[in-house]
Amino acid sequence: MSRNIQLDSNGKLHHFLSIEGLNRNLLTEILDTAEHFTSVGNQTAKKVPLLRGKTIANLFFEPSTRTRTTFDLAEKRLSADVLNININTSATTKGETLLDTLQNMVAMQIDMFVVRHAASGAAHFVAKNVPSHISVINAGDGRHAHPTQAMLDMFTIRRHKEDFTRLRVAIIGDVMHSRVARSQIHALNTLGCPEVRVIAPRTLIPSHVEDLGVHVTTNIEDGLNGVDVIIMLRLQNERMSGAHLPSKKEYFQYYGLTEERLQLAADDAIIMHPGPMNRGVEIDSAVADSGHSVILQQVTNGIAVRMAILSMAMQSQSGQGGEL
Amino acid sequence: MNILIQNGRIIDPANGIDQIGDLQVADGRIMENRDGFKADTTINATDKIVCPGLVDLRARLREPGQNHKGTIESETHAAACAGVTTICIPPDTSPIIDTPAVIELIRNRAKEAGYASIIPLGALTHGLDGEHLSNMGALKEAGCAGFSNAQPAVSNSLVMRRALEYAASHEMTVFLHSQDTWLSNGGCVHEGSVSTRLGLPGIPDAAEAAGVARDLVLIRETGVRAHFCGISSIRALQMIELAQKSGLLVSADVAIHHLYLTDMDIGDFNSLCHVLPPLRTERDRKGLVDGVLSSTIQAICSDHQPHDEDAKAAPFEQTEPGISSIETLLPLTLRLAKEHEISISDVISTITNRPAEILGIDTGTLGRGKRADITVFDPEEWWTVTADNLQSAGKNSPFLNWELQGKVAHTIMGGAVVHES
Repeated sequence: MSRNIQLDSNGKLHHFLSIEGLNRNLLTEILDTAEHFTSVGNQTAKKVPLLRGKTIANLFFEPSTRTRTTFDLAEKRLSADVLNININTSATTKGETLLDTLQNMVAMQIDMFVVRHAASGAAHFVAKNVPSHISVINAGDGRHAHPTQAMLDMFTIRRHKEDFTRLRVAIIGDVMHSRVARSQIHALNTLGCPEVRVIAPRTLIPSHVEDLGVHVTTNIEDGLNGVDVIIMLRLQNERMSGAHLPSKKEYFQYYGLTEERLQLAADDAIIMHPGPMNRGVEIDSAVADSGHSVILQQVTNGIAVRMAILSMAMQSQSGQGGEL
Repeated sequence: MNILIQNGRIIDPANGIDQIGDLQVADGRIMENRDGFKADTTINATDKIVCPGLVDLRARLREPGQNHKGTIESETHAAACAGVTTICIPPDTSPIIDTPAVIELIRNRAKEAGYASIIPLGALTHGLDGEHLSNMGALKEAGCAGFSNAQPAVSNSLVMRRALEYAASHEMTVFLHSQDTWLSNGGCVHEGSVSTRLGLPGIPDAAEAAGVARDLVLIRETGVRAHFCGISSIRALQMIELAQKSGLLVSADVAIHHLYLTDMDIGDFNSLCHVLPPLRTERDRKGLVDGVLSSTIQAICSDHQPHDEDAKAAPFEQTEPGISSIETLLPLTLRLAKEHEISISDVISTITNRPAEILGIDTGTLGRGKRADITVFDPEEWWTVTADNLQSAGKNSPFLNWELQGKVAHTIMGGAVVHES
């Protein structure tokens, strides 16, 4: 494979498309930088001037509330000028291709694109088709990757658990269709986590997922035994009954996170969920609101982590001095 | 026009010939060598190989229907430059090849271009709808070499059975792209660790194996003569091998890129590697090469699918599948002889007489009196695949920047020199 297009010639982060191919130092640098930015949210004037004069376009080809809002906030707190563009698919089916859309945006002298798209590989495609001074941040592409979500999850884990190299982590639910799970798995492995378990019925486990570096179990009781971190995945409505699963009720019965099952995990286990949650389908309401849950912290942390990634990518850009 | 090809290494697998010598062509035919032959054109073939014009079992020329991707003129010209003199085309043109009129149109355009002869396959079902039989009798009379439903396969097994029965009644070969379309489920890459890593919808090899299994049962049931197109997985290949050993007369081909590329070559979403059936694993690739070496797979084809630039300029799963490959068919096929225990005559056989036999056409040999379709090439000459080098309108090749050995010097079709480098 050729050079990692995410890095500039000095090995600094230029695009953020996937966790895959980034090393532990770089991921740690993101987490450390995010740590620094958390204080910004606690100030009365929640702004730093790092990206003043820079223009960021949030190109959302797929609906999103949480991710788009936290990107928007992160960009504004860095003092960037922000353009929010929600391109519903009907506009693109009118004939404009992704490439056309991009070329128009490039003509508006944007410095950075944050892209969400329903097709896997869309962010890579964008990165390969914009002038090299523009950075591209992946805000979720198909089933492929959601690297900023994975980093905010790592940040949240690190705030509660000191050492990744001693952690046992369980990821429960629809791994097959989850870009979040793929990015989390890469991040956990890169950060040295020795045991990542994936728990789901075989219908929701993608082929050869073991090759990503996980253990697979179809039994939630076995899978939860002694884990320090429990990551729940969202189950899409359309997959709750049909060929993947018989019913919501049966899914909850065999794979729902209940108080009883939570007992199997370590005493100080934390529970995470990328949202939005289906209470009573993948997670018991009481468990979601329990002291183990760090789900709302994830949302708060999302802002600092995205600030870190945006500022790091923009730095590499200015470091290049537009020579490319 | 009389042509004398002098001092070449004549390889004619159909007749077991591999020797240095001369070849004489007159009146569009290969003649018995005689003294005093007066040549209008003399080709010095010293250190070159003289073989039958290549027969490409499957190539899309894009005309009629998608002339912005390629035309009969542009693609047959590319074929001539690549030493291909006969091209079999699947029926999925637009309009579809399900009436004699479309065949006539294609024939006329090929004749006007004058670079290669085109052998059409007729639609197995009307409009390729997978439900209604086509007018196979009329299509046969119009010159179809066989019938195919192209991709996707006929999913209704009853319709498939009837189509095979009806084709058998007309003593025609059926060309199958076997696949269980429920299992392939709109996927775009091989289902495995790469599809999981990239989050792309996968096509399990079980889809091909299940399709081949069903079709083998129906072939046995109906007694039709059948050929499996573009086998991509070792599981499907093993079933075909078993059927052949049990005495069933079925043949198979493989697209040349499946002998060289795997799903790993997709890397970070390289859409030039988006092809159907998908590139599979290294184990499959090796198995397919072994299948060629053991002659379970009789023919290698280009599965040429030229595209315009836009077709590949999108996120991977939204790009159009296919590779512009007719010009890399010969050099990549020759490379098998360098890399494996197989003679150059045997590899040439997979792109000349054997595909001709599958199509039931009287070409692919240098026999005396046969139509003079001849390719003269330098097996040692190196060249680099670049967009500029490719004559096809489609530059969509994953082999760009590969250095390949084997360059065509002369192509003769029906006794006329149609390419000279």
